[in-house]
Amino acid sequence: MPRTVLEPRFQVEYLSILDSDGNLDSSLEPDIAPADLKRMYRGMLLGRRLDERMIRLQRQGRIGTFAPIKGQEASQIGSVLTLRRSDWMVPSFRETAAMLWRGWPIEKLLKFFAGYLEGSQPDEGQNDLPITIPVATQLPHAVGLAYAAQYRGDDVVVMAYCGDGATSEGDFHEALNFAGVWSVPVVFLIQNNQWAISVPLKKQTHSRTIAQKALAYGVPGLQVDGNDVLAVYAASQEAVARAREGDGPTLIECVTYRLGVHTTADDPTKYRTAEEVAEWERKDPLTRFTAYLKKKRLLEEGLEEAVDAEIAAAIQRFEATGAAEPLTMFEHVYAELPPHLKTQREQAAGWLREGENGGGTKAAPREASPPMRGQRATRR
Amino acid sequence: MAKLNMVKALNLALLQEMERDEDVLVMGEDVGVDGGVFRVTEDLHRKFGSKRVIDSPLAEAAIIGTGVGMALYGLKPVCEIQVSGFAFQCFHQIENHCARYRMRSQGRFHVPMVIRMPYGGGVRALEHHSESEEQFYAHVPGLKMVIPSGPRNARALLVAAIRDPDPVVFFEHKGLYHAAKEDVPDEIETLPIGRAQIARGGRDLTLIAYGAMLRVAREAADALAEEDGVEAEVIDLLTIAPLDRETLVASVQKTGRAVIVHEAPRSFGPGAEIAASIMDGAFLSLEAPIARVTSWDVPFPGFAREKGNVPDVARVLATARETLKF
Repeated sequence: MPRTVLEPRFQVEYLSILDSDGNLDSSLEPDIAPADLKRMYRGMLLGRRLDERMIRLQRQGRIGTFAPIKGQEASQIGSVLTLRRSDWMVPSFRETAAMLWRGWPIEKLLKFFAGYLEGSQPDEGQNDLPITIPVATQLPHAVGLAYAAQYRGDDVVVMAYCGDGATSEGDFHEALNFAGVWSVPVVFLIQNNQWAISVPLKKQTHSRTIAQKALAYGVPGLQVDGNDVLAVYAASQEAVARAREGDGPTLIECVTYRLGVHTTADDPTKYRTAEEVAEWERKDPLTRFTAYLKKKRLLEEGLEEAVDAEIAAAIQRFEATGAAEPLTMFEHVYAELPPHLKTQREQAAGWLREGENGGGTKAAPREASPPMRGQRATRR
Repeated sequence: MAKLNMVKALNLALLQEMERDEDVLVMGEDVGVDGGVFRVTEDLHRKFGSKRVIDSPLAEAAIIGTGVGMALYGLKPVCEIQVSGFAFQCFHQIENHCARYRMRSQGRFHVPMVIRMPYGGGVRALEHHSESEEQFYAHVPGLKMVIPSGPRNARALLVAAIRDPDPVVFFEHKGLYHAAKEDVPDEIETLPIGRAQIARGGRDLTLIAYGAMLRVAREAADALAEEDGVEAEVIDLLTIAPLDRETLVASVQKTGRAVIVHEAPRSFGPGAEIAASIMDGAFLSLEAPIARVTSWDVPFPGFAREKGNVPDVARVLATARETLKF
């Protein structure tokens, strides 16, 4: 028997609407109301300005390590804005702009990065999962949420975020496979920012695109210019509509770039060139969208100042956070505190009282622990 | 002889073993060009190239799984999991395979690999970057579990781990990486896996610790000597599994009292096995119940609350005094 072709050669589409030189494909231009365009811009700007402010807060030791989003604002805002409040959003750890859009208060995010778990508690009724750090591990949760929504007959779409590095993890593939088999309403939004810490995409995968990985699971996959907020919006809207209509999952690969550090404990000059970064700075999503709005006369006077004032006020509220009450660490282990933890809480309370009273010992208290060291200072 | 911190000392061990034995190779996320996020593999990529210092894709299960394959073939991979909190994504490879090939193949195969992981708290880091999970590995038959406490023993134990014919999980406390420098000899030295050390001699009480808790135990012992005139013996376990029961029992037979200190949560932690071993071997010498100073049985509560969770000198000291008073 001869060999026969089971699948025709597959195709992966790439979508770009507004390119880095400001050229607009008006046939593809999505119809977005002016007020919404302004909100999108504000969301991207807020993400960018908060990011810059957080780096300073981190350098001053007022928050701990975090993962900046600079360069990825269009991928986040263009996608998250296609969700309804009743939809679910499943972040990884580099989605500040998308999380702000979903209603996370700035001071709450700051608290999280200052080591307070109060900062990862979604509000009652807010359909967002907290930040997840081990990469790709949240993706099966998104598929489970989507299954449950479908099971209950709810009109709910789930959008899950991850990066290019995460697509090497088993959980990514297992989640995609389940989503395909179950045909559940989930959108996988991959922010392909080219670098997983020091590992470039070409060492991460031998596939030409990440989008094509979806095809192997029978799931539609589309690659978009992730620095083009219009393209991300158009692709996301299509995927969310598909999910809402009961036609199953979609994977969107946003081709973008991490302009800054992986986290504030990283030094990218060790593994990538200034020329490469400069090339991507030219493709900055904010610059492109600013020019687009300017042509439409939709740029608002004083917006930067307003955004900065919002951030400053939130930082003030964050700074007013009292010292963490240690005993609350026992509150969310189980629904009910088992006997052994009641005992441990009493012991902990005892130690704390003793500490306040000087502990009846002349031993010097240990110095506050130094911040995580071992990494180079960040130069960029 | 050079004064090295733990990062440099571990780097020296890798460098010298790679020079000595071309079957030794290093694999993990960012271990190559970047030199590792904690810099333990700095310069190795430049010296040995991409075939021996492998920047892997981001997948813990495949790092350990392919490492097992390499080891079955006869290589000696030293795999780095970026932080121990991410190792649950490869735990099935470690437990189901790494630890079992010798038994499963009835000795035909063995897995001479090292799995290095930074662990531990007190470094203002987020979830999965601050935990102590040695108990999971110590509990798995077929694995060895090593935790050094300083640059010199870290270097010697890593060399021993690389040469060991069985899989060794090697924990490096993030807080110790830059905490102190020690004289580390230029010539290769090793320490036996499975042997504890007496870090400080004493006759009144045995303090048992490892990793970053060794310093806490030593400081408590110093305070006891200075303030109470009590001489505490401090044991640095160095290997969690297999546990050096002989050294523990001999010490408690002498002192009659034991306090165990570890950063891992209390229940079913290393302290339980240590206490049971002392009961087995030194029951008739005991003058007081064996005490444990550990983190509480709670998931990592965020670094703003770490101080209330991770054992400190005051807690060890107060517990030691209760044990002495009993």
